Amino acid sequence: MRGAVAKLIAQRVGLGLLLLFAVSLLIFVGTQILPGDVAQSILGQTATPQALANLREKLGLNEPAYMRYLSWLGGVVTGDLGTSLTSGQNIAATIGPRLKNTLFLAGVAAIIAVPLAILLGLLAVRFRGRWPDKLISGATLASISLPEFFIGYLLIYFVAVKLGWFTSVSTVYDGMGFGARLNAVALPAATLTLVVLAHMMRMTRAAILNVMQSAYIETAELKGLSQFRVILRHAFPNAIAPIVNVVMLNLAYLVVGVVVVEVIFVYPGMGQFLVDHVAKRDVPVVQAAGLIFAAVFIGLNIVADVVSILANPRLRHPR
Amino acid sequence: MAEPTALLDVRDLKIGATVYAPGEPPEDITIVHGVSFTLEKGRVLGLIGESGAGKSTIGLASMAYGRGGVRITGGEVYLNGRDILKVGPRGLRRLRSNEVAYVAQSAAASFNPALKLMDQVVEAVLAHGKSGRRAVEARARELFAKLKLPNPDTFGDRYPHQVSGGQLQRAMTAMALACKPDLIVFDEPTTALDVTTQIGVLAAIKDAIRDEGVAALYITHDLAVVAQVSDEIMVLRHGRMVEHGDTRQIIEAPREDYTRALVSVREIEHEAKQPGDAPVLAARKIGAAYSGSLKVLHDVSVEVYPGQTIAVVGESGSGKSTLARVITGLLPPSEGRIEFAGRTLSPALSGRSKDDLRELQMVYQMADVAMNPRQTVAQIIGRPLEFYFGLKGAEKRQRIAELLDEIEMGKGFADRYPAELSGGQKQRVCIARALAAKPKLIICDEVTSALDPLIADGILKLLLDLQKVEGVAYLFITHDLATVKAIADSIAVMHQGKVVRYGPKDQVLSPPFDAYTEMLLASVPEMHLGWLEQAIERTRMKPAGH
Amino acid sequence: MSLRRIPISAWIGIILTLMFVFAAVFAPWVAPFPNTQIVGGVWEPSSSTHLLGTDNLGRDLLSRLIYGARTTILIAALATALSFSLGSILGFTAAVMGGWVDMVLSRFVDMLMAIPTLIFALVVLSVLPSTLVVLVCVMGVLDATRVYRLARAVAVDINVMDYVEAARLRGEGHLWVIFREILPNALTPLVAELGLRFIFQILLLSALSFLGLGIQPPEADWGSMVKENKDGIVFGVGAALLPAAAIALLAISVNLVADWILNRTTDLKGGRGG
Repeated sequence: MRGAVAKLIAQRVGLGLLLLFAVSLLIFVGTQILPGDVAQSILGQTATPQALANLREKLGLNEPAYMRYLSWLGGVVTGDLGTSLTSGQNIAATIGPRLKNTLFLAGVAAIIAVPLAILLGLLAVRFRGRWPDKLISGATLASISLPEFFIGYLLIYFVAVKLGWFTSVSTVYDGMGFGARLNAVALPAATLTLVVLAHMMRMTRAAILNVMQSAYIETAELKGLSQFRVILRHAFPNAIAPIVNVVMLNLAYLVVGVVVVEVIFVYPGMGQFLVDHVAKRDVPVVQAAGLIFAAVFIGLNIVADVVSILANPRLRHPR
Repeated sequence: MAEPTALLDVRDLKIGATVYAPGEPPEDITIVHGVSFTLEKGRVLGLIGESGAGKSTIGLASMAYGRGGVRITGGEVYLNGRDILKVGPRGLRRLRSNEVAYVAQSAAASFNPALKLMDQVVEAVLAHGKSGRRAVEARARELFAKLKLPNPDTFGDRYPHQVSGGQLQRAMTAMALACKPDLIVFDEPTTALDVTTQIGVLAAIKDAIRDEGVAALYITHDLAVVAQVSDEIMVLRHGRMVEHGDTRQIIEAPREDYTRALVSVREIEHEAKQPGDAPVLAARKIGAAYSGSLKVLHDVSVEVYPGQTIAVVGESGSGKSTLARVITGLLPPSEGRIEFAGRTLSPALSGRSKDDLRELQMVYQMADVAMNPRQTVAQIIGRPLEFYFGLKGAEKRQRIAELLDEIEMGKGFADRYPAELSGGQKQRVCIARALAAKPKLIICDEVTSALDPLIADGILKLLLDLQKVEGVAYLFITHDLATVKAIADSIAVMHQGKVVRYGPKDQVLSPPFDAYTEMLLASVPEMHLGWLEQAIERTRMKPAGH
Repeated sequence: MSLRRIPISAWIGIILTLMFVFAAVFAPWVAPFPNTQIVGGVWEPSSSTHLLGTDNLGRDLLSRLIYGARTTILIAALATALSFSLGSILGFTAAVMGGWVDMVLSRFVDMLMAIPTLIFALVVLSVLPSTLVVLVCVMGVLDATRVYRLARAVAVDINVMDYVEAARLRGEGHLWVIFREILPNALTPLVAELGLRFIFQILLLSALSFLGLGIQPPEADWGSMVKENKDGIVFGVGAALLPAAAIALLAISVNLVADWILNRTTDLKGGRGG
């Protein structure tokens, strides 16, 4: 019976890897075969034909597309992300510290947002239909309508500029202490938290309500069990999988939110890096960064699926 | 007011609920309008009624519980001498399981999928601190044995999804009995089961509650079932009591018209016709499989004669609905062929002519989803008229009015939407839609099983009348032998994808029987006292295993 | 259905949305100053001439906002129209045809959805110019995946209903099934989703413009106005907050309407008035 679950998980992970492979192809196709010449884009309309030809040669644009894809993919697999067109630096080496910064920021936001969202979700269920619940659904409605930069600049305007509690620019550098680093990411992390919190709360609420409305919860209540016992023994084991799913989906959402938030706070992470190089039309960097974002996104989705498989008693204890 | 002396004393119970229709302001409705009854220790009271009678609501109210937005708005419920509507949440927790326990209709949904059965069965006893784990588990195993569960010593180690529906229903009864309550509320405990499974569960429940000396409220819509297990019966309708008496009186000498109608339901007189010479439909050696899976039909042959009815009977998984899909062309058979009105039909729907489609119509079990909710009755009935006969304008309206007359509804219904019709009316409109095509054969797939018995009776009578007038043949798919007896001219009994018995009605229903048909016939509850014991005796079946 | 049955929240949503649309359509008549003309000093505070003050170059902020509404709403509406027609047609087709058509379409959509929309848009815009047509196409196609998922799910649910089977058994063709049986029943959930997709497009476009990859100057939408004025924030000038607030307000208004439609249609058996 272990085997069956292991097989399912292996299948899911394999499927994820296949998807990642397909996505790498998609990103490559998106940047290389679309109408629009990369060399032309980089040099602009005024470029001389000679300069264009030189750049094409340098980029390997004269080789057939599939050859370029294969050599790029080969590089990615071995950890070589290529060279930046604009700075000439090794992309993997440049991206490393920035990826760490981004993960740090997203991690801080997640550590605050996830427990808070689950707690508030539980509260909403506990006070279903009363004011805390209504407040939460109102906040959700507002929060999915607010652009990240609105929340971000509001925080800067009031908390950083008017109150002077934090700096408006989140500078981090090597050798910075952990406390100082936390202080630097406080506002961006708060922005990210606000961006995902309401949504995560609402989804947690729905997941728990769904379990609480099952017939077996009614049975437990009619058995005369205490409210605490009903939740702990009967609701919780069945709510884990949906809640983990909610959390993972929202963390994946964080990955997107982080791009804009980093630009707002001029935070040296992956998101800002990507945006800078899109503006410079530095295709190899864009490909690498896009692939890394997609990999994180897909990875979180795989984790969500694996947890669902592990938490399903029908799969853990087959007939 | 007199001191309550009975175990359960319900006085003038009123129950209401708030309905939230989308786009409408919330509306308060009354579900139960002042019902009173008493139940003595060790007695079994059957609560019977059609859907909407309030029987489940009353059952749960005897545990001071309201499902969803349901709340008790008036009256008293005395259990062991005190009003449980006033004992507060803590008092309720103490008396649930200890004094009153519940067995739900769907045990499959009522067990927590994440916990072992044993843990759930003993949980309440342990939580109430009545005795130690070891003693409770021993008692649970004893109850498993008493309820004739297989391997009672290890049964509790399994998870709910690892055992069958009938076994779960028994396990839930064991869970209710584990705390030795004074009263158990059974809420349609066998309704979701096949008849051959139901009989065993019914016998096990009856024996267990007699043995344990526990009182019970037994809620069901099936009078024949409740007659087997209860000492007295209360008939409910629209939240009011119609009649309350001991079981023998209710079954043998009902006082109220409504009770009389319930007792005599399905006693439609129908003389079986002899087969003619040329069948309108002949399925020849049909074999079928769903893509990539096991074969579900093996060598099935049946014939239907013009103006006659064949009933295809079987339990869930017997292949009877698959046979309908094969005949309609939705599932091309892997073997065999279908002859219809003298020609061989194309196996797939796409190969059939417009006339093939027109002459072979279908009526579904769930009339609710068989009609497009965005079309009016006139559009629903009018489409086949337009599609097959090109009728338009006044001519079409005229024909729609005629069809509405035929189904005894009148042309006032033409502009209504399905949501504005009752269950019986919806099914009538579906029948009219089939008739509009002037078919030679109508396949009726469990057309009455979603309806209350009296409504179902009306539909069956209508179908028989229409057959006389229109000369249409029916292929009637059903799991309900009472329906079969009421309307069939010939019968095919299906079991595990095969036709195990086939012939004219009288012959199929007379001995000598094959083993399966005998068990099936013996399992159908009959409306007389002592049927259950006789049936168990007769078939000497081992009720375990299901 | 009577107007009195519409809740207050939905009324607020409808009125505000209509005001935005009105301002956008009649921008040249409504706006006090031309879009790109410098009419004052840099970041002037609000005054009787410049109700909301001036921006980073001394242009009238209110006029910029009104013209910005035009660009934002137009592009978002076009992208929504594209994503909706593409997504729902393909979604219905996949549900009704089934088999390999469904397989191929669904797997392709899964693949597109494996990349976050904003990231994908950035990747594509690194090689394509940010023109109106390109923006509408990229935003529309990427969002069509979400519409496809919904349309297919709704249609698959309807497709297994007995009344659809009854239509097939009657001999009706694919077109009848799609347009007469499925579409009328799928319309209401899709219309509610339309509002949500429109908000999403506004947010996506604003994000792209804010990042400098959407609408290019001197044309302006609300997102690029936030970008232009963001440097003022550190000096305590709130000009950047106004376009951001405008985005939020429009999104909330549309959301109020969508939420109301969604609540009204949780029951599909509604019959009339749907």
